[in-house]
Amino acid sequence: MSTFGLTAFRARRAVGRSVGRVGSLWRRSLHLRVVLTTLVLSASVVLILGYLLLSRVTAGLLEAEQRSAIGEARAGLSDAQGQIEANDQIDPTSSGVLLGQIAQELANRAGSPAALYEVLLLGTPNPSSSVYQPEFGSHSVVASSVPTDLRAAVAVTQRQSYTYTQIRYQDGRAPVPGFAVGAPLTVPGIGNYELYYLFPLTQEQDTLALVQNLLVVAGLVLVLLLAAISWLVTRQVVTPVRLAARTAERFSAGRLEERMAVVGDDDLARLATSFNQMASSLQRQIRQLEDLSRVQRRFVSDVSHELRTPLTTVRMAADILFEAREDFDPATARSAELLQTQLDRFEALLTDLLEISRYDAGAAVLDVEPVDLREVVRRVVEAAEPLAERKATEVRVEVPDDRCLVEADPRRVERILRNLLINAIEHAEGRPVVVHVCCDDQAAAVGVRDHGVGLRPGEASLVFNRFWRADPARARTTGGTGLGLAIALEDARLHGGWLEAWGQPGDGAHFRLTLPRRARSELMASPMALEPADARAGRRVPLSVGARPRSQDV
Amino acid sequence: MKARVLVVDDDPALAEMLGIVLRGEGFEPVFCADGVRAIGVFREAKPDLVLLDLMLPGMGGIDVCRQIRAESGVPIVMLTAKSDTVDIVLGLESGADDYIVKPFKPKELVARVRTRLRRESAPAPERLEIGDLAIDVAGHAVTRGGSPINLTPLEFDLLVALARKPWQVFTREVLLEQVWGYRHAADTRLVNVHVQRLRSKIEQDPEKPEIVVTVRGVGYKAGAPSPS
Repeated sequence: MSTFGLTAFRARRAVGRSVGRVGSLWRRSLHLRVVLTTLVLSASVVLILGYLLLSRVTAGLLEAEQRSAIGEARAGLSDAQGQIEANDQIDPTSSGVLLGQIAQELANRAGSPAALYEVLLLGTPNPSSSVYQPEFGSHSVVASSVPTDLRAAVAVTQRQSYTYTQIRYQDGRAPVPGFAVGAPLTVPGIGNYELYYLFPLTQEQDTLALVQNLLVVAGLVLVLLLAAISWLVTRQVVTPVRLAARTAERFSAGRLEERMAVVGDDDLARLATSFNQMASSLQRQIRQLEDLSRVQRRFVSDVSHELRTPLTTVRMAADILFEAREDFDPATARSAELLQTQLDRFEALLTDLLEISRYDAGAAVLDVEPVDLREVVRRVVEAAEPLAERKATEVRVEVPDDRCLVEADPRRVERILRNLLINAIEHAEGRPVVVHVCCDDQAAAVGVRDHGVGLRPGEASLVFNRFWRADPARARTTGGTGLGLAIALEDARLHGGWLEAWGQPGDGAHFRLTLPRRARSELMASPMALEPADARAGRRVPLSVGARPRSQDV
Repeated sequence: MKARVLVVDDDPALAEMLGIVLRGEGFEPVFCADGVRAIGVFREAKPDLVLLDLMLPGMGGIDVCRQIRAESGVPIVMLTAKSDTVDIVLGLESGADDYIVKPFKPKELVARVRTRLRRESAPAPERLEIGDLAIDVAGHAVTRGGSPINLTPLEFDLLVALARKPWQVFTREVLLEQVWGYRHAADTRLVNVHVQRLRSKIEQDPEKPEIVVTVRGVGYKAGAPSPS
């Protein structure tokens, strides 16, 4: 692009920008819009009115001038005609002298030096006569001041004609607009003459200019006044509206006590009143919801306490019975065992239910500290060893050599991973389970991969549903509560993290937990692929894609 | 001699059950069913350990905990039905050494109680230094420049654990195992809260600790011994 082209381009861009700025101001400011509209409309009205007024004045002035000019010219003509007819000598010389006298006399009538008009006696050209036709008149104007159209009209019609013209002076003064009246004059012996009266319109022009200036000034003042008035009037309306907007903004920002000031009894006062009513009603409802939430939380806490205390007693009693079961008869001993195992299940279910309802009540609190994910993984795997042994499943751990610090709630992260690992071991069908950790600057991820039955299409998003089971017909072996993954998902969301599942029938499943390295920072990407690298070749496209939790709605 | 355990719990069935379990394990239980009388019973019975329910009629468990801690360093184990962070931290901050969440198994409870009552039988005379503090392990005394600092047994154990291996960084998990006797990872907030309380007693400026130093992302270690 040439320098010029570049400059032009920049200029265009700058113009575009300022146009855009004005445009956005125009859209945003009601005030500006009203004032500008008033300005444009009143300017148009003033312009039209001024034009009409000016043309009326002009027409009136010129008409009067025209009337008197025609009268003057007629009188002069009849005078001249009279003198010519009274003269019986018809030789060219004496006629010429006479014409000169007449012209002089007529010119003198106009007065001097401020001549009201100029007089010209011009001979009508006659191709059939070779007689010399001298010109007469007040010698200050040039004969070409009379337009040829007028001369032709006079010669053809042989009657008085008139038109507007430019009067040109012999002494080089600037030509002035004027009015020309002409009439034929027959001079015996010499031929046809034309008598022209030229009336300068300087005075009228001055008057008109004055009127015009006055109109322009008056119009401008009027338009500006109107704009100022509209500005003031709009301000009266816009200011309360802006105040209302500001109040509404504050209100929506959570300052529920914010109210508008009600002044007077007008429409704006009504707006303020209804706004305040709306605000009060909203505030009431929000308070109600808050109260409900508080009641709910309180209820959960109370239920928790009330249920747990007797459960503790039952638990301890059952334990003592269980310890002593060898002394019982077989039926009672078995009952003691059943009591023990089902109490475990009951307890787990109660814990999970309370945890879920705590999330539902929005009462879950994140207790953040720097956590080394590798440590958490190590602990979780260690804790799951008994289960893994029972299921004859090998658990492999792949962690990076460097620390993988994440700002997170260690108890919750541990619970997520515990749930994922237990879930994986339960579904691994004896094949190895791999737990691996990945880390980058922004995020850290833990993947739990099993090679069990896998997930059918569509199930990847279902696994996080409460009480969802992949196969209702399958025997429950470890008695999971059915809430583990739902709680894990809530835990991940509370961290602003993702918990996703991948799976294929017969190719196992992969659960990936991604956490932001810094608490409360937003996750953009995970350092680990959701689809495991060892997924069966040739079927790279996962049949079921993970359910990425909506991290925003936490 | 049997260790005496004060059980402060308003639920008669649970209290009775706790009594059965404790007696079965060779402890001597004393009972109190409401918070207002708890401190009186405590003074009278002089227990070796207090099992304290967090929710009590009359006076809350937190207040009872504060009262007992104000006049004694006796180990306090909270029984809590709440697993909410705030309640547990509040309980620990008001002086409890450990907590146990209902419902718990009898073995779990007994293990907790035994850990808190555990004392090295006739410990070898040992003197340790940490920062500008001198620790007499056998005499259970901590002094700064000759003037004694009053620590609860748990705080003392925590300080000794750190002082015995200066320069070693202790993770919270290791401290939980050494001081609280948790074999598996438990609630690391126990460590955090007690380190805070320990610091408030031994540090010149608890905001800028010099004796128990935080190693970010790892845990704690003993600060360099100062010449004073």
